[in-house]
This record gives sequence, structure tokens and C-alpha cells, in this order.
Amino acid sequence: MITALVVMALGAIVLGAALGYASIRFKVEGDPVVDKIDAILPQTQCGQCGYPGCKPYATAISAGEADINLCPPGGMDGVRKLADLLGREVKPLDAEEKPKQLAIIIEETCIGCTLCIQACPVDAIVGAAKQMHTVVESLCTGCELCVKPCPVECIEMRPITENLENWKWKYPVIEIKPVKRAA
Amino acid sequence: MSRVRDFHGKATRMLQRLFSFKGGVKPQTHKTPSVQEPIAIAPLPSRLYVPLHQSIGGAANPLVEVGERVRKGQVIGGADAWLSAAAHASTSGTVLAIEEHLAAHPSGLPTLSVVIEPDGRDEWVERTPLDHRSLPPEQVREALRDAGVVGLGGAVFPSHAKLTTAAGVAVEELVINGAECEPYMSCDDVLMRERAEEIVRGIAIFRDLLAARQVLIGIEDNKPEAVAAMQQAVEQVGEDYQVVAVPTRYPAGGAKQLIRVLTGKEVPASKRSTELGVQCFNVATVYSAYRALAFGEPVISRIVTLAGNLERPRNWEVRLGTPLRDLLALGRPKADTDRYLMGGPMMGFALPSLDAPVVKASNCIIAASPTMFAPSPPEMPCIRCGACAEVCPHELQPFELYWFSRARNFGKTQEYHLFDCIECGCCSYVCPSHIPLVQYFRFAKSEIWSREREKNGADAAKARFELRNAREEREQAEKAARLAKGAAARAAEKQARAVVAVEPATADSAADSAADSAVSVASPPLKPVDAPAPVAAIAPASPAPPEAPAPELDAEAIKKATIVAAMERARAQRAAVQPRNTDQLTVEQKRQLAAVDARRAALQAEELEEAAERGAARASVETPKQVEKQGRTAE
Repeated sequence: MITALVVMALGAIVLGAALGYASIRFKVEGDPVVDKIDAILPQTQCGQCGYPGCKPYATAISAGEADINLCPPGGMDGVRKLADLLGREVKPLDAEEKPKQLAIIIEETCIGCTLCIQACPVDAIVGAAKQMHTVVESLCTGCELCVKPCPVECIEMRPITENLENWKWKYPVIEIKPVKRAA
Repeated sequence: MSRVRDFHGKATRMLQRLFSFKGGVKPQTHKTPSVQEPIAIAPLPSRLYVPLHQSIGGAANPLVEVGERVRKGQVIGGADAWLSAAAHASTSGTVLAIEEHLAAHPSGLPTLSVVIEPDGRDEWVERTPLDHRSLPPEQVREALRDAGVVGLGGAVFPSHAKLTTAAGVAVEELVINGAECEPYMSCDDVLMRERAEEIVRGIAIFRDLLAARQVLIGIEDNKPEAVAAMQQAVEQVGEDYQVVAVPTRYPAGGAKQLIRVLTGKEVPASKRSTELGVQCFNVATVYSAYRALAFGEPVISRIVTLAGNLERPRNWEVRLGTPLRDLLALGRPKADTDRYLMGGPMMGFALPSLDAPVVKASNCIIAASPTMFAPSPPEMPCIRCGACAEVCPHELQPFELYWFSRARNFGKTQEYHLFDCIECGCCSYVCPSHIPLVQYFRFAKSEIWSREREKNGADAAKARFELRNAREEREQAEKAARLAKGAAARAAEKQARAVVAVEPATADSAADSAADSAVSVASPPLKPVDAPAPVAAIAPASPAPPEAPAPELDAEAIKKATIVAAMERARAQRAAVQPRNTDQLTVEQKRQLAAVDARRAALQAEELEEAAERGAARASVETPKQVEKQGRTAE
């Protein structure tokens, strides 16, 4: 009887110590789920979800405060991936899905006010006060945050068209041909 | 005939030390019709469309202007980076435009091209022959890049980039690829028959740059004339290269396959062949490199096979940029031709339009008719027969790759080594269910690449966003620290003054309370600069301490005064600070600026006047209406 109790108690102590040690030794810094969600989000930092950037939105999703269908640049594809990751149900996107865009500054109209530079979350606009600004195409995420601050409305969003750099082979589609029925 | 017999004797002797690659297929070669006649020079077309991006890597940057006269061989596009190659004018003439023109690409999308109107004189730019032995290797590589030498087998990889050896690995074998395994194609065959000596001399450039110990020239044994011609040229030049006839089996001309057959070395997926001490070049590439160095002639033309459903199949030496329509007219397509393929029937693609020009990758144009290439029967379900796995030269499992590509399970396709697939088409060729397997693989590959691009873009955007946030935080902290410092200094100053001027207790307390309220108002980081100063200025100045009735009103007045003073100071500051970029101007620039200012002032004055006039006019027009409206609302 006593031996049994001692054995069980000893087992409990050993396992408890092991678990306690492991929880300290292998402690995970930060929330891994937030990072996973953040990796799915498109990183446009546009704030269209209502949060000031992709990371805060990811944090809100993981805390259960935000829905997974609030990110228009991610599109339905993003919603599906988030649903997959979090085991939630796929919901239709809470906005219109737009093709990927780029901001373009119409250089003749630009007055060099630097407001768009301050608005750009990813430092994709270059220029100086009273000098013409321009968008660095390869860095622009198409978040539209620069459009509103422009006092002379010289920023346009243009959808990215297909070119030889981004062209993709299409999914093989079997052509459907009308079959002549024997009379 | 005796030459052919002789070749067979040699071939059997050499076959003994050949290796073999797994899989492969033996399609009908159809090469004979196009080798009946020697290479002919294609006539000059009325327009040339030379694309600036004709190689793997960066697109060349245009170096000419519209309307400029160019000469044959003149650089019209400079290599953009290390992995890029220059583009040249194929004849002398005038640049009509630098515009987007249809590319010789399955997409049918345009690419930036230089349109040249030939003047018919075909006048060369000044050519400077170089001797690669007297130059440092680095300069030879640069010369090849600037001559636009790229892999002419079809992959168009810049050759100079393949001429660097891997660290610590000496190049044992240099493989020269004359296998030409694609059916219908015979451009390398005729080149070896007719210009063997130049090829052999060109090999020396690559051999010396790589310091290769042994040179192996691999030619499929269905080209005995080419083997004989190359052997003769090797003997004539007095080199110790070995011309090896390899068994005819598609895709023996694939770089990895030919290396395997000739050297027995198998290049792993993650490694380049140089890491195993082997490098491989196509015969046409060697030929163009020789022309580039020994004669100073950049790559402005290439041999193109016209084959298939034509009255006159033949090999032509064609200027790059020649519209395919002009070229095909030389072959006289038969009436039932319904489409054209660029590249061979195994790996090529259907051309979107004949407006596309001949480029460095155009090795063969095939006219196709429904009788020649029967339309593919409908795709049937995969029956898991494994025929595709048997013929795959890279020992992949195409049926597995097919399922995963079809299901868009791209992670799994990569696990099954999708990127080792060379798209040779053997699997599609043997599939009894007529599944276009290679199309699925191409789809999966480009989808993975595009996702990779997006992912990299998102990661970079995130990094920039985080950097920006960190920078803003730091700036804000610095500003706050600066402001706190200023406020502390002013507070100390005020205290000192308060100690010096001993005033009635009431006034003192009033000033204190005022200062307190001002400070509490000014607690947000932006305001404290402005706030305390006027307080310090006003509080001692107020001679009579305010009586009991309105301490609140007084506080408000102080606040207002504070704001007014702050605005005043800000204005003064703005006036004091000159725009940085106009600090140090020359006299001339200052004069220009003054002129601009004067013009602007005049314009503004004019506008003001106009506005005033317009305003007056509008007022006179609008008044009756407004009156009417008012009347109506009153009713």
C-alpha cells in the first residue's frame, strides 16, 4: 500500500518536474498563431480591415476579435487560407475583390507636397518638398493610402496588367466542342 | 559512302565507353527534308523588330533613339546586369520606333523592341577582332556578353555566365552539344556540316576559359555527315577533341542527359554541372562565340530550320528581328497549314501570330497541318499505367506530379521534384490517356514561381513597414526628449526669475496656477514649446493681480495669448528657415529664380483680378435668383 503510494507520488513529482522544466526551457516567445496568420496576410499595410496594419489585424484575428473576411487585398484566396489555418468557416469577403493595383503619380500635376510620402506605409514613394514625387513600382503594394491625402488628386491606381514577367501558364482546359449527332 | 562506313567503325569503337540515361523515347525524326539543301542566307526584310530581351536574365536597356541611323552589329541594347546579354542591330538602317511588339512567346504578349527600317546597304559597324589568349578571362567574358552570345540551343542562357568555374573544382570535361535530338530540327546538323572548322576553333575559347582537360563533342548517330565533318575539322585544326556519336534517343540533347551519356556523371538537382567538373555548350553557341571574338561580329543572325508542311523545307541564316511571316514565305507553306510551332514538336509551342520576330531562341519553325499533327484526342483519366515514369529521363514520377498539379497541391509537387522536370515531353508523348502532362507541370511551375514572387514581395513590404514604424517611433522619442529638455530649461529660467522678483504672494500664486494650468494643457508632446514662454512673459508683466471674480476667464485669456504667440513664433520660424535646396545658388540661378517669382506674382495678380471680376459678375447674376429662392422658402 505504502510502496504503491510512494511510487505514484514519486512518478507525479518526476513528471511534474519534467513538465515544469520543459515549460521554462522550451518557452515560445510571442504567439505563433499570430505569426502564421500574419504570413498569410498580404502585407499591404493598407488598413482596409480597420486595423492599423497587417500584424494588428492578425493579432485581432487570433484573439477572436476580428473576422477572417476583412482583408480585401488578400481576396477570397486569403480568406480560404485563414479558414484552413484556424479551422473556421469560409465566409464571403466583406468587400469587393479588386485586381492587384499600383499607384501612379501623374508627374505633371504633382506639386511636391510630400503628403503621400508620409502616408505610404512601406516607403515606396520618393521625392522631396517642392520636388516631383514618384512611386517606386517594385515596392508599391497597391494599398491606396496615398490616394486620399493628395491635395491635387494626381495619384491614380492602375491595375497591374499581364506582361512577360508575370505571365503564367494557364491550367490546361479541355475545349468543349459541339458533337454532331448522327441523324 | 566510305566516310559513312568509316564513321560507323569509329562509332562502334566509341560506343563501348558510353553511358546511358534512363527513359527517353524514339519519335520519327523527319530531319531529312530540311537537310537536302545547304544553308541559305535569308533576304533582308522590309522591317526588323529586334526585341531587347532575348536572353534569360535582365532585359537589355535601349541605347539608341528613334530616328537614329544604326549600322549592322551596332549595340542597340546594353546588357542590364551580369546575367544579361546585349542586343544588336541586324543590319544598317534607321530606327523607326522603340515600342512594344509581339514577342515570340506562347503568351502572345508584347515586349519592348527596336524597329529598324533597313537601308539595304548592310553596312557593318567597326569590328575589332580579339584574341582570347592575350586577354584576361574577365575581359573575354565581358566581350561575349557585349556581343550577345547566349545559348542558341533554345534556352538562351547568357554564355559568359556559364564560363566561371565552381570554387575548388577543376573542369574535367567540356561537353559540346551537337546532339540535336528534337524531331524536324536540323540547324545544328547543317551548321556542323558546313562550318565545322569555325566551331572547332571556337571550342578553344571555352576550353581555355574553363581550363578544361578534355573536350567531348556529342552528336547523335543519325547525323553521320556532321560527325564526319567535325572529325575532319578537329584533325585539320590539330586539336585533341573527341567527336563522339551518341545513340539517337530523345532527349539525348538535353544538357544533363548528354553529360550523363558522355561522362557517366549524373548532375543532382541541387547542383550545377560545374560543381561536378563538367560544362556543356551548344555547337551554335560555340560558333557564335567564335564569330564574336575572331571577327568582332556580334550575334545578329542565327540558323533557323524551316520544316514541316512546306513546299521547300530548308535551313536559313536569318537576321534576328526578321518577322516570321517574311521568313515562312521563303518556305512556301502548303495550303492546309493551320498553325506554326516554334522549337520542336516535343518542346516547342504554337506561335500566337506570325508577326513575332525571329529571336535567338528560334531554332526551328514548323508548319503544322491537321494531317501532320492530328489534333490531340480528348484527355482521358489517368489509368496509373506508369508509362510516363518509364520514359522520364529524370527518373521522376510524372503521374504523381500530374495528380498534385491538377489538384493545385503545389507543396506536394515540389516534394516530388517538379523543378527537376525539363519539360521534354516524353511523358505526354507516351501517355495512353492523352493527358497533356507537361502543360500541367508548366502550369504548376509558373504558379509556384508567381506565389514565390508574391511572398517575397509581401516579406519585403513587411520589413519596410516595420523599419518605417521603428523610424517613426525613434523620431517621436527624439522629439519628445528635445521638447522635455527645452521645457525643463525654461522652467528653471522662470523659477530663477520668480526668485529674483519677489512679488506679492497673491500675484505669485496666480502666476503659479496659470503656469500650472498652461503646463497641464500643454502636456501633449506638440504644445509645450509654445506654452510656457508666453506664460513667463505674461505672468510677471501683469501688474495688478486679478481679483477673485474671474480667475477662469483669466486662464482662458492666457491660453489664447499663448496660442497667438505660438502662431507668431511659428510664422517667424517659417520665414527664417529657407528651403535647403536653394541655399547655395549661383548668381545665374538666383537671377532665374527672381524672374520666375516675378512672373508668378504677375500671374497671381492677374488671377486675383479675374477672380474679383468673376465674383462681381456672379454676384450680379445670382442675386435675383437668391432673392427668388428666399421668397419661395418664405412662402
